[in-house]
Amino acid sequence: MIRIKNLSKQFDQFLAVNNLSFDVHPGEVLGFLGPNGAGKSTTMKMITGFLTPTQGTVELYDKDILTDGLAAKQMIGYLPEGAPCYGDMTVAEFLSFIAEVRGFSGKEIPAKVQTVVEKLQLGKVLNRPVETLSKGFKRRVGLAQAIIHDPKILVLDEPTDGLDPNQKHQVRSLIQNLSKDKIVIISTHILEEVAAVCTRAVIIANGKLLADGTPESLEARSRYFNAVTVELEEPANAYQRLNEIMTVAEVERLNESGTHLTVIPKPGETILHAVSEMINAEGWKLKQLYVERGRLDEVFRTVTEEAA
Amino acid sequence: MIGFNMTKILVKRELASYFTTPLAYVFIVIFLMLNGVFTFFLGHLYERGQADLLPFFNFHPWLYLFLVPAISMRLWAEERKSGSIELLLTLPIRLGEAVLGKFLAAWLFTGVALLLTFPIWITVNYLGDPDNGVILASYLGSWLMAGGFLAIGSCLSATTSNQVIAFIITVVTCFLFIVMGFPMVLDWLTSWAPLPIIDAVASLSFMTHYQSIAKGVVDLRDILFYLTMIVSWLVATAIVIDIKKAN
Repeated sequence: MIRIKNLSKQFDQFLAVNNLSFDVHPGEVLGFLGPNGAGKSTTMKMITGFLTPTQGTVELYDKDILTDGLAAKQMIGYLPEGAPCYGDMTVAEFLSFIAEVRGFSGKEIPAKVQTVVEKLQLGKVLNRPVETLSKGFKRRVGLAQAIIHDPKILVLDEPTDGLDPNQKHQVRSLIQNLSKDKIVIISTHILEEVAAVCTRAVIIANGKLLADGTPESLEARSRYFNAVTVELEEPANAYQRLNEIMTVAEVERLNESGTHLTVIPKPGETILHAVSEMINAEGWKLKQLYVERGRLDEVFRTVTEEAA
Repeated sequence: MIGFNMTKILVKRELASYFTTPLAYVFIVIFLMLNGVFTFFLGHLYERGQADLLPFFNFHPWLYLFLVPAISMRLWAEERKSGSIELLLTLPIRLGEAVLGKFLAAWLFTGVALLLTFPIWITVNYLGDPDNGVILASYLGSWLMAGGFLAIGSCLSATTSNQVIAFIITVVTCFLFIVMGFPMVLDWLTSWAPLPIIDAVASLSFMTHYQSIAKGVVDLRDILFYLTMIVSWLVATAIVIDIKKAN
């Protein structure tokens, strides 16, 4: 497991990471959320041993990244921000180089390269210099080098940045299909990604940890959690009537005429039953009705703006 | 501690990248052309009527002054610029192995360029009966000097992500190390500096040590001088990288 204790990083006058502590256990896919400049990349750079923390420790399966760096680095696969590569090498040369550095030799090298090339569908560009590839391919080459040695710990800094929707989907299913005893840390500001692949999400801003929980538990913090959105056939006095329900905090109009409404419950209340009873009682004709899961983007905004 | 195997992998990668880009070919062609021009036109190899390669080797410090920084400028500045330094230093590689690997690749490459000047050696052997021991010593001295310049360039390249800046400060620094032993510098020093400092400055001159090897006097002290220079600048490279990683 990864154990991060009191981790801080100071750049001149600027405190990029401020006393972070958390553990990550095998099997967890941790989503690292935060606005740009929140300290996500800096934290990842410290976890992977690129930057030295100003304070605090990072332990990867009991190996300290500072005092036992080589052993720790062997367990990590890392995709740095922007997926940097050696641009003048071809994809095949680059991946073979990484395989060799990762300790494979002889026939193992082409075999390992072949496996990741298939996983990330790089077959077509195998003999092209990395610098001539599109952004999506470059990103996939970066991912390929990160997983080539089947690492116990995978650290991915914005793995789907610059990919088209199909490629995003592909990368997400790749992450989901990694064996279940791995630790995966992903930084992203695409919130749908967190709901799609993460088992746990951490929100940081200004270098501080602000929220930590499953994506569902974070969604539950949203004021839209368990809200009911209804669309009616014709305008009625629905806006006023729904506001009268005891457990309702607020009703939001989604269109001018007031036929499309979101009914927001008071914290901790469920209102589906009350709303549907009222619809029946009033005889409103219903086009659609659904219960909201809570909105991560709203939680994200609330949490990070409070901190700012 | 530095692992031989990992260093070898890095040297291989670096060397391959010299030859996949036009850099290697441009460098070698220009190096050979300039060598020819200097030796035959400025050094008057034929007109001297002596079967030795002094005119050839005499120009090497000045050739290296501009050509070696052109190689060394990319060593670390490019890694920093492209961000691949982050990839490299998070692989299970020791910093020392990375520094040494990159340096050795560059040094081997200049070695190859130097070996390709062999037609000049064949020429003097065809025309006369030169002292091949002296020539061999000169080649060794020239290669050691190139290594010294490369190590300086490696360190200065690590200080910036801008290759042009790396080139310029390396040229200036190398120039200082060449002229340190020159009378004009030493005369200027004698006017105010105490003797030990003058001796120290004079003994750091690349030129003095090179010239004694080029005369065929292979003194262990001269070889040690270059090796110490190389090691010191490489250690400095590692320190600079470690300090400046964040920016």
